[in-house]
Amino acid sequence: MSMINYASREINCKLVYYGPGLGGKTTNLEHIYGKVSPNTRGKMISLATETERTLFFDFLPVDLGTIRGFKTRFHLYTVPGQVYYNASRKLILKGVDGIVFVADSQIERMEANVESMQNLYDNMAEYGYDLTRIPFAIQYNKRDLPNAAPIKDLQASLNPGWPIDEAARQKQTPDPAHPGESLVDRVDGEWVGHAPYHEAVAVRGDGVFDTLKAVSKLVLKTLS
Amino acid sequence: MAGAASWSFNENDFKQIQTHLQAFLRDSNARCALLVDRNGQLVATVGETPQFDPTAFASLTAADFSANDQLAKMIGEAEFASLVHQGERESMYLADVAKRVILVVLFDQRATLGLVKLKAKGVVGELNKIFEEMFNRVGTGQPGAQQKGLLEGAEDEIDKLFG
Repeated sequence: MSMINYASREINCKLVYYGPGLGGKTTNLEHIYGKVSPNTRGKMISLATETERTLFFDFLPVDLGTIRGFKTRFHLYTVPGQVYYNASRKLILKGVDGIVFVADSQIERMEANVESMQNLYDNMAEYGYDLTRIPFAIQYNKRDLPNAAPIKDLQASLNPGWPIDEAARQKQTPDPAHPGESLVDRVDGEWVGHAPYHEAVAVRGDGVFDTLKAVSKLVLKTLS
Repeated sequence: MAGAASWSFNENDFKQIQTHLQAFLRDSNARCALLVDRNGQLVATVGETPQFDPTAFASLTAADFSANDQLAKMIGEAEFASLVHQGERESMYLADVAKRVILVVLFDQRATLGLVKLKAKGVVGELNKIFEEMFNRVGTGQPGAQQKGLLEGAEDEIDKLFG
C-alpha cells in the first residue's frame, strides 16, 4: 500500500524481510544501515528481546533517490522469525508493497525455511494478498557455510514456480541476475514463473544490496 | 498494482487537514498532532515540531495501534478506537480515523486528558469525512487518483536509480 504524498512530493513504500528465525533478516538491515549515508537513511529501530532476538520488528527508512521529482523512500521492516511470534509477524505484513524472503542455506534449516515460506503464503492470503502477484524476491543467505545446500535444492523447495495465467505475462523473461535462467518460461506447455533470487552472505554484506535493489525496482515498476 | 488499496492526497486535502488540526490544538491546548497511516507512514504534523525522529515515531505508533487492535479482539472488543499513554510530564492520545489513519496528540500539563479527549472527538469526526472522501476518490479518475501511472514511462529513471 504505497503512499504518495503530493504535498511533500514523496512516495513511501513498505518492504518486509521475512524468513525463519536466525536466518539473517536483521543482519540485512544492519548492513544497509551501516553502508547507506546517514543523509539518506533514518534511525534504525529494533524491538528485540534481551538476547537480541527480534520480538516485534526492526525498522529502517531509506531514501533511494528522486524519480519524476518525487523522493522515493522505502520503509524496511523485518518480522520476528520464531514460529511463536506469528501474531506480531502478521501485523507487520499489513500494507506491504514488496517482500524479501531471507532463507537460511544450511541443510539443517531446510524444514524451517519451508515452514516459514508456507507461513508467509498463509499470512498473505489472510490479508487477501497473492504472493505470486506482488514484488517478491528470495535471498539465499549464509552461502559461505560448509553445510550450505546447493542452490538447485533450495530453488526446488522454496521457489519451484507457479502457473502464470495472464496472457500479458506469458512471455519468456530471462533472469538478469543469472544468465541462462528464466523468471518466466514455458515448461511442458505451461507458463511458469519464479521469484528472482540472490545468493548472500549478509554478515559480510555480500548480496544484501543486490536483493534490496531487485525488490525495490519491482515495487517501483508496479507504480508505472 | 501496489497492494490492494494505494491512496494519495492532494494539496487541498492537506490544507483542510491542517486547518482542522490547528483549530483542535488551539481548543485543547495540546502541543502537537500527527497523522500516521496504519502502515506506519507519517501523513502530517501540525503544531510544535517534535524533537524526535518522526519516521521512527510513526512506525512505532502503527505497531502500537495494531498490537492493541489484536488485544481488543482477544477480549471480545471490535477495536480500541482510542488509546492513552500517560507520562509524568508528557502524554499522548491516539485515535482511529476512518480505520486507516491514526491521530496522535502530544500534550503536557498545560492540557488535561478530559479536554483533549473531548476536542479530539470533534476533530476525528471532521477527519473521518475528509479521509472517506479521499479514499472514495481513488480509482474514480478524480485528481486524487492520479497516482496511477505516476511513474509511467519512468523505467529509465528507475533503472538509473539502481545503476
